[in-house]
Amino acid sequence: MPNENAILSFEDLEIEFTLRGQVLRAIRSVCLDVYRGESLAIVGESGSGKSVFTKSAMGLLDANGAITGGHIWYEGKDLARYTTEKEWRAIRGKEIAMVMQDPMTSLNPLQTIGDQIAEAVRLHQDLKGGAAKAAAVEALAAVGIDEPERRYKQFPHEFSGGMRQRVVIAIAVACRPKVLICDEPTTALDVTIQAQILDLIKILQKKLDLTTIYITHDLGVVANVADRIAVMYAGDIVEVGKCEEVFYDPRHPYTWALLSSLPQLGVKGQALYSIQGTPPNLFHEVHGDAFAPRNPQALNIDFVERPPLFEVTPTHKARTWLLDPRAPKVEPPEHIRQLRQKGGYLHG
Amino acid sequence: MAETREKLLEVENLQVTFGTKRHPFTAVDGVSFDIYRGETFGLVGESGSGKTTIGRAIIRVNPVSGGTVKYKGEVISGKVSRETDRRIIQNIQMIFQDPMASLNERAKVDYIVSEGLYALGEKLSEEARKEKVAKALSDVGLLPEFASRFPHEFSGGQRQRIGIARALIMEPEFIIADEPISALDVSIRAQVLNLMSRLQKERGLTYLFIAHDLSVVRFISDRIGVIYKGKLMELAGSEQLFAHPLHPYTQALLSAIPMPDPESEREKKLVVYDPTRHGYTENDPPLWEELEDGHFVRGSRRELEGYRKLLGQ
Repeated sequence: MPNENAILSFEDLEIEFTLRGQVLRAIRSVCLDVYRGESLAIVGESGSGKSVFTKSAMGLLDANGAITGGHIWYEGKDLARYTTEKEWRAIRGKEIAMVMQDPMTSLNPLQTIGDQIAEAVRLHQDLKGGAAKAAAVEALAAVGIDEPERRYKQFPHEFSGGMRQRVVIAIAVACRPKVLICDEPTTALDVTIQAQILDLIKILQKKLDLTTIYITHDLGVVANVADRIAVMYAGDIVEVGKCEEVFYDPRHPYTWALLSSLPQLGVKGQALYSIQGTPPNLFHEVHGDAFAPRNPQALNIDFVERPPLFEVTPTHKARTWLLDPRAPKVEPPEHIRQLRQKGGYLHG
Repeated sequence: MAETREKLLEVENLQVTFGTKRHPFTAVDGVSFDIYRGETFGLVGESGSGKTTIGRAIIRVNPVSGGTVKYKGEVISGKVSRETDRRIIQNIQMIFQDPMASLNERAKVDYIVSEGLYALGEKLSEEARKEKVAKALSDVGLLPEFASRFPHEFSGGQRQRIGIARALIMEPEFIIADEPISALDVSIRAQVLNLMSRLQKERGLTYLFIAHDLSVVRFISDRIGVIYKGKLMELAGSEQLFAHPLHPYTQALLSAIPMPDPESEREKKLVVYDPTRHGYTENDPPLWEELEDGHFVRGSRRELEGYRKLLGQ
């Protein structure tokens, strides 16, 4: 059974997709607890399975995908056993809501902003007519949109990108969900707007007592918002820990590589560190540590046996044989060691 | 220091207007800058600021409604002779933002890469062309065998390399890179940035690097121009700009850069830019002045005075 402090708990989750008769193992036996009130960031490249992983908790997998093993515990219920739309409707939007990546495509262009928010309110809060409208206007005001009464009647095309993302957030929180999943919430936005949206989500999190899960590949965003970080690679969580632990004392070679390749860490005139090769093809079975073929310092055992999650501290775990007491000492790259002292990063 | 170097591209008072005569929209308004041979000039701004339009106006995709663009001292904006046009096509190439959208899905890599050669109508034997394609592909770190494949068989990073090979085959001197890495994954970004700097070193290429991400632009650019609503706000050497950002918009941009460092993110103070704060009037119009060596700022007389004081400290 799940940890008591966890609001959402993934246990040995397996997700498979069938594509033209072939089976793709998108999520390979993943365990993760999401604690009540925290803000957790799931980091990974595209194709690492981070979106699929969180979508499974909302019953939003594509038709050719299915949970083939494990559990998703939420308030004592196992969401992995849910099959019908009716069951999911009690969770989706009401308990767990989502902010999608691109506000240009996630709103209906033919419906007014107000109607789209009111729709969510009507469905989940049993409010009708004037009451639903009032709740929608209130939601618009809560996400920092001026003149909500006038804006209520406008269409998405009358809003800028940042404002649209505020509307998407308003729809997501209008029904007072307990968990908010933000899937690359700022990737489509400008830097200045990005910072404002992140601030907004943080404020709402405090005000509404939300648990937030961010899915992103932008480590700058992660450093800003996350209490804890889970690093995902090839359908598996390879490292999980508090924000400081993962940034200042990363243990998995993939986390090292990811941090090393950031231009913010680069020295001008020198080549940036870049990860060789490509992520593994998940149509084939992965042996051992999935990152081993791209890791120049991989150990022999990395190619044979999947490493267990070793504990670094009670809050920090990593799935790498380097943490085994029998493993040879492999030092992280020079600049990763420097991160432990502040000043390793360029400060704007 | 800069005066001794050769100006490859001179943009003077560039203006680009869209829309109809009755409802004109000026996307780029009075922008001037020079790009020196061999350097990387970064152009930064938010979406809708006109940065892409500038790039497209230089390469003659968008018509210019005012001002001039000079390439090696020769005017290339407006009407030019056919011969000049050909030379520009060959000398100035572009790398596009989204490698998923910018390659012809129905053409093989072989055709995509050699399309520029076909467009120039150069009389090349089939063998010579194939050889050029193979060379361009191996220059960007792809296997020559890839020529017979279709774009959908490649990952995002590989596709962006194809986009670069397509530009390189023309043997250009000047490349306009319009957000070349913003659609790519973090680990792939480093590969493409490294490739671009390697090619620059080997061939003495000059880049105009258009992006909205200042941290990337800082890493790759020698000089940076900050653009807001079609007007240049500040232009300086990249370290100069980061050390002494003068214009409030530049300060806002810098303050918003996400740093992969939890401690500095926690201490981060966002600066919000309010364009009405300047209070420009007809008697007190904004000027464009060089305040220190190579550091230009836009501001009214009073503002410039303040900036000078800041620099003096």
